[in-house]
Amino acid sequence: MNSREHILSKIKAIPRDEKPLPKIPDFSFEGDLAEKFTQSIQFNKGEIVGAGDLAGIIAQNKFKKILSLVSSFEALANTELPADSHQLKDLDLAIIEGQFGVAENAAIWLTDENMGLRALPFITEHLVIVLKKNSLVTNMHEAYKKISLAHSGFGLFIAGPSKTADIEQSLVIGAHGAKSLRVVLM
Amino acid sequence: MNHPQEATEFLKDAANAKWHDDTLWFVRDKRDKVSKSVPEWEKLRNLASDIKDNVLANLETYLVEFEKNAKANNIHVHWAKDAAEHNQIVLGILNEHRCKAIVKSKSILTEECHLNPFLEKNGVEVVDTDLGERIVQFLNQPPSHIVLPAIHLKKMAISDIFHEKLQTEKGNDDPYYLTQAARKHLREKFLAAKVAITGVNFGVAETGEFVVCTNEGNADMGVHLADVHIACMGIEKIIPKREHLGVFLRLLARSATGQSITNYNSHFRSPSPGKEIHIVLVDNGRTEQLAREKFRNSLKCIRCGACMNTCPIYRRSGGFSYGSTVPGPIGSILSPGIDLQKHSSLPFASTLCGSCSDVCPVKINIHEQLYEWRQEITKAQGTNAKSISMSIANGIFAVPFAYKLSASMMRGALKILPESITYSGLNTWGKQRDLPELPKETFKDWYKKNRK
Ligand code: SF4
Repeated sequence: MNSREHILSKIKAIPRDEKPLPKIPDFSFEGDLAEKFTQSIQFNKGEIVGAGDLAGIIAQNKFKKILSLVSSFEALANTELPADSHQLKDLDLAIIEGQFGVAENAAIWLTDENMGLRALPFITEHLVIVLKKNSLVTNMHEAYKKISLAHSGFGLFIAGPSKTADIEQSLVIGAHGAKSLRVVLM
Repeated sequence: MNHPQEATEFLKDAANAKWHDDTLWFVRDKRDKVSKSVPEWEKLRNLASDIKDNVLANLETYLVEFEKNAKANNIHVHWAKDAAEHNQIVLGILNEHRCKAIVKSKSILTEECHLNPFLEKNGVEVVDTDLGERIVQFLNQPPSHIVLPAIHLKKMAISDIFHEKLQTEKGNDDPYYLTQAARKHLREKFLAAKVAITGVNFGVAETGEFVVCTNEGNADMGVHLADVHIACMGIEKIIPKREHLGVFLRLLARSATGQSITNYNSHFRSPSPGKEIHIVLVDNGRTEQLAREKFRNSLKCIRCGACMNTCPIYRRSGGFSYGSTVPGPIGSILSPGIDLQKHSSLPFASTLCGSCSDVCPVKINIHEQLYEWRQEITKAQGTNAKSISMSIANGIFAVPFAYKLSASMMRGALKILPESITYSGLNTWGKQRDLPELPKETFKDWYKKNRK
């Protein structure tokens, strides 16, 4: 008997009572979702910026290599998506579009189409996500309802910049992934 | 392994023990604040618990469904009945790709299987990429906490080891500076690795996808730059439907660190063109635990670490005192199932205060199971007076001794116990506290007298 059969037959042999799967009630709430989302992203050490602020942010931070997968911001970009992710290693800024955001925790849903290359939102030094205000949902239950069973090879809820507190619980922004997350709410 | 003895060691440095205690309480406090901001918190815990009950009742069905859907998505699925087979499977994949260096993100399962030493013996360099895990790897230590692997270390100790391994400035213990040094060092590793290993937080039967949660982004840096992704998953990590992720992702980070969600929640469903994803489904004692009805629901654990942060014993004895891969209250009910002899002191490393059960996001009755294990161990060791006193002499039955005596006997005993017992290794974690002032009468006596 191979290990698969071995494990499955061992489980089958254990008598267990039937336990029904619960239904998830509606936990959505009323309120200004943009305001809630803004609070949440600040709590996660992200930031909301205006579309018009980006050029200034780029100049101020002296970002050199900039990539945009959002057509309306292409004027700010000076590089294209490469064939191999490793070539993204010196990317200063990526501008991408999010599909929708979750007000309760500022999680933003991205799939392969939004990233071009899966490594992009992680390997870039800084990240900007453009998000439509009317795409916001209240909580994670609504979020999964919205995604439903749509197929994507890779999907990501991203909620802030890369961070760690592994050294004496001191919060440090910029562990391995992007050192900042700015969100443009349109 | 003997928890009281190990705890003695930990408590020798009183200032450090106090700091450890305070640091974990700080995390527990964050969890309290953020959980109170969710009105449906208790409902979510009930839902999570019910979903996991359903999983355990139908585990074989969900595993087969998961396998079928994962395969349809071009994911390779492997099954391992124990740690040895798991390690062989991983090595086999590495050999196939002629890979001699890998990056690995946090996976308690691979710790449990002792994958690192096995791979190293076979000539593979393993780089743990979670910052805390890299720190303890440099020091040749296991993680002391499942979410906060280096929580037992002061920043100067980290500065020293980074100075030695990464040539950082001697004496510079600024957390930002040290983190940036690790970032630079690990970037090179990420860019060079051909194979990346991750753990799994949730596997979804309905879609065949699996979800990995991190804050640092290290799991994703590894897998998206590598050609091959190996995900190691305990069979109990399965959940039925995608919509259930909503429940678990709302609970996990809030319980773990007091965040509303981890910053990266990656859903892997099929590989990028030209790349490979392998998933190894591991039993390693889980089916035995499933068969133990009283201990079954310890398999609901989502490894948030909240029970550790809240536990008065864990906070005052440190992760290493448990001598098991998963320390703390949940480790103390999982480990005896794996090796009763070795871990017989763990169910006694508890005050049975129940705080672990109160914070557990999937409502595991941890403290009740600790009590059940005590019964099992006492049965296994014999209960006659002689064996009890021998056990005490051997330092095995530190606390149970107290629990086995009736309340009034204990009241007497506490008064008359010689210092050699109360302040010996038998009651190590109690050492830092004074013995409680004993009430002159028990509540029951008082109630009887004052009832009228
Ligand atoms: S037992 Fe509960 S509280 Fe402890 S780690 Fe597991 S899920 Fe978290």
